[in-house]
Amino acid sequence: MRYLCLLVGEPGIDGPDPGTPEFKRMLADYGSATQAMVAAGVLVDSGPLQPASSATTVRVRGGEPLVTDGPFAELKEQIGGYYVLDCADLDEALRWAAAIPAARYGAIEIRPLMTMPGHA
Amino acid sequence: MSSQVETVFRREWGRAVAVVARLTGDLGLAEDAVQDAIAIALDRWAPGPPPSDPAGWLVAVAKNQALDRLRRESRRSRKEEEAMRILAGRDPPRPPGMIIDDRLRLIFACCHPALDPGTRVALTLRTLCGLTTAEIARAFLVSEATMAQRLVRAKRKIRDAAIPFRVPADRELPGRIGGVLRVVYLVFTEGHRSSTGPGVVRDELCDEAVRLARLLAGLCPGDPEVLGLLAMMLLTDARRPARATGDGHLVLLPDQDRGRWDHAKIGEGTQILDRALRLRRPGPYQLQAAIAACHAAATDASDTDWAQIAALYAALARCDPSPVVHANRAVAVAMAEGPAAGLAVLDELRGDNRSEGWHLLHACRADLLRRLGRTAEAGDAYRTALALDPPPAEREFLTRRLSEISR
Repeated sequence: MRYLCLLVGEPGIDGPDPGTPEFKRMLADYGSATQAMVAAGVLVDSGPLQPASSATTVRVRGGEPLVTDGPFAELKEQIGGYYVLDCADLDEALRWAAAIPAARYGAIEIRPLMTMPGHA
Repeated sequence: MSSQVETVFRREWGRAVAVVARLTGDLGLAEDAVQDAIAIALDRWAPGPPPSDPAGWLVAVAKNQALDRLRRESRRSRKEEEAMRILAGRDPPRPPGMIIDDRLRLIFACCHPALDPGTRVALTLRTLCGLTTAEIARAFLVSEATMAQRLVRAKRKIRDAAIPFRVPADRELPGRIGGVLRVVYLVFTEGHRSSTGPGVVRDELCDEAVRLARLLAGLCPGDPEVLGLLAMMLLTDARRPARATGDGHLVLLPDQDRGRWDHAKIGEGTQILDRALRLRRPGPYQLQAAIAACHAAATDASDTDWAQIAALYAALARCDPSPVVHANRAVAVAMAEGPAAGLAVLDELRGDNRSEGWHLLHACRADLLRRLGRTAEAGDAYRTALALDPPPAEREFLTRRLSEISR
């Protein structure tokens, strides 16, 4: 079963500032968490996202693309990155997600990917 | 339905659902399949007695029904294909080591922290204890449609998010066991003081909760709270034979015929509590077990060590500052030091929004006022309790008390 883990920053909780030793430690923790996922064969894909201010939204209405500046919805919470994990069950996905440093500074939403007929 | 067949199915429902759920990973499918199997059994066995191994029969037929239901699906995921392969063959070989009851796996799935806490209890009552959605809706004071929707949503989440039917590994167990104990406790209290059935006690819920607690105690023999919960339930359940009259009226603790208590259960409960207390890590379930042990140890209601019980409730209130515990402490203080002292403790709750709508608080207040001879105030409190829709057996008792003091 594949799970999309969305790394969500919560308002009022700031992560460490760049340049601080705490920030360095956080980057190292991301590195070791990701490496462990690769070693266990669960990591499908992952990556940090540019801030929501860089987002563009497109909707097609009446056959015409309608492009707007910004994210699809203005949320207080910002999605900062994602992991796609291939795990046996939710407990395994929860264990890996809890090892992602973003869980300490915000939240991680775990969403199962829908399994389509004929696929895993 | 013949009542004999119904009894068999009440008892075997949880086990059959647990087996099919483990094999398919789909709780909704498991329930439907067991329901189908029961319908077939009723049809086939209507005239005669049930087969010699009704439990085995039910599981076998339910597995076939689950397989048929999957075959009828036109678009199947690989997971469903896998489930069909498992159902059609023999059970996959079990890993060596401890044999884990399928019901234990099922309860860890139903009590998973990824599910809404309120729904965990409802789901356990439905899948393990076989209560109908209507009965559970009544216990939770919601409409049947609302409860049905909650249950469907929870079962879907278990399937779609792949919440495992598995007992957590040793290192995860301490974090998970508390939620499971809470659900078993609520199943027991629902059985012991039923809000769903017409009778005072729902035997099958008390039995199921004790059975589940025994399984958990086998899984975690070094966890004093697991032992405490099992001890508390055994010591409380020992009073079951004396709690209702033959025609279903509630008999309160002081009026119970203590000769009818189940002394084997009291012995076992006391022994398990001693084992828990020797581990020297006290907790709320052990405290409740100790309170039940105080009652069990009194050969006559007047021998009850109420001062000790009041002290235990005070300790319990420190772990669990709920109105229920507070009210119980007030009753114990009233017994130890007199109704005026008890009323003073109880009245600390006045104005607490959580407790004003709780019928037992007013019933308890009414009783203390009655004993103080403050009849008019007692009458008001009885009427308030009755207006809050108590379960049938308690309604009957409160009405009787109200008419006694109104004479």
